[in-house]
Amino acid sequence: MAYSEKVIDHYSNPKNVGTLDKSKTNVGTGLVGAPECGDVMRLQIEVDEESGLIKDAKFKTFGCGSAIASSSLATEWLKGKSVDQALAIDNMDIVEELNLPPVKIHCSVLAEDAIKAAINDYRVKNGLPELVAEKSAH
Amino acid sequence: MELKLPIYLDNNATTPMDPRVLEAMLPYFTEKFGNAASRNHSFGWVAEEAVDYAREQVAKLINADPKEIIFTSGATEGDNLAIKGVFEMYATKGNHIITCTTEHKAVLDTCKHIEKAGGQVTYLPVLADGLIDVNELEKAITDKTILIAIMYGNNETGVIQPVREISKIARKHGVLFFTDATQAVGKIPVDVNADGIDLMTFSGHKMYGPKGVGALYVRRKNPRVKVTAQMDGGGHERGMRSGTLNVPAIVGLGKACELCMNEMDAEAKHLSIMRDRLEKALMQIEETYVNGNTEHRLPHVCNISFKYVEGEGLMMGFNKNIALSSGSACTSASLEPSYVLKALGLGDDLAHSSLRFGLGRFTTDEQIDFTIKAVTDTVLKLREMSPLWEMFKEGVDINAIEWAHH
Repeated sequence: MAYSEKVIDHYSNPKNVGTLDKSKTNVGTGLVGAPECGDVMRLQIEVDEESGLIKDAKFKTFGCGSAIASSSLATEWLKGKSVDQALAIDNMDIVEELNLPPVKIHCSVLAEDAIKAAINDYRVKNGLPELVAEKSAH
Repeated sequence: MELKLPIYLDNNATTPMDPRVLEAMLPYFTEKFGNAASRNHSFGWVAEEAVDYAREQVAKLINADPKEIIFTSGATEGDNLAIKGVFEMYATKGNHIITCTTEHKAVLDTCKHIEKAGGQVTYLPVLADGLIDVNELEKAITDKTILIAIMYGNNETGVIQPVREISKIARKHGVLFFTDATQAVGKIPVDVNADGIDLMTFSGHKMYGPKGVGALYVRRKNPRVKVTAQMDGGGHERGMRSGTLNVPAIVGLGKACELCMNEMDAEAKHLSIMRDRLEKALMQIEETYVNGNTEHRLPHVCNISFKYVEGEGLMMGFNKNIALSSGSACTSASLEPSYVLKALGLGDDLAHSSLRFGLGRFTTDEQIDFTIKAVTDTVLKLREMSPLWEMFKEGVDINAIEWAHH
């Protein structure tokens, strides 16, 4: 199976690999997937308390090239968005941007789950109710 | 020597054809095109003579009689013909077959077919090193057992089963012994008499011969073994396999066998030295594990898990330059990692993290050097990107985390 150029680019030069301080109240961490399934994504956001915008996003991913590319792309998209805007990111946007084939759609679903999990972590830390997933991803 | 890219290290999937094999085959596509079954003219005689010669070359490699060689389309056909053919031929004696969980799909799926047809199949588990427990094998034999089907060398791990112990048990209980020796024939000495084999399948394209041709060995003496044909037709190959003989491919298989016969000793030694060097270098990386028994192993294979990185992601780091296989099933729709590695007791995480290196006749030292560097660099790079590696380094118990399974 050939990868799209965008997947190869994100894999070769991943954006925003790293770790944010998860003990900070303005940092939200999402850890999704499972080692047994061959994909684990950890995605973190840091929210600017004054503007409410995501000022930094980092990821680490165990998985195939498409999983790495999906999370790399997600962190790029998250930066500068408000938390509400971030919630609107749909896995199909990632599929389209990276030209993912059908067998790799689950990588984009995982990235969307990771975004939602990070936002929920941030919300809970800041006394907001957890959002319930509107669609079952898997 | 100059390094030639891309490097091919997937010789368990298929081997490149040796140019000497191609040369032997070429006349049989054009001027020597006859049907080996045409008895009345010289075109047929020439083809028949070529087939007879190839049959001798094949038989010699495995110490068989030429009359015991049935030409097939490949190892899968041989697996089907041996298992289904014995099941049908010996129906009055019993209906029980013993195999093991790490067999090739061509054996396992054929056994599933036998179960649907009213047969009984025992799937022996393997030990952590990939070997079967011969005591368990003997215990599994009943008065209905007609066949033991255990492979010679495994395609994913290279582990060599204790063939002589297996055949001894089979003989003792009057049960036939069939082995899929696709990965072993031409790589290590295989002797159907010394090894006590009754039926054996193998394939041309795993030993530098052409694709689409293989052979099934069927013992003629002590005991005389027969299989029911699975294809009806002109009664070729002593009635066991109808169909016009694929003369050029058979000539190629014969030549490939002859080359293996002459070069196997030196080649196996050379390959095992390169393989061991590769393995030793990669094992310098932390949290790296060799899968399967390393003592009873084919000389050209190694299978290694690089914990905390995923196999397909790993291959992407160098697959422009190096071709090999992973036990990760991320490329398949099933998302299930290698059943062979799981049968060895590996967790899904380690199975997802595995690479299979299959060296071959045309592998060079320069290619091994390049591979060591490329794999090492990619593993280290991906671990920097792996949340599991970070957790491991921080002393987090990854197994204690409640993961949300898909």
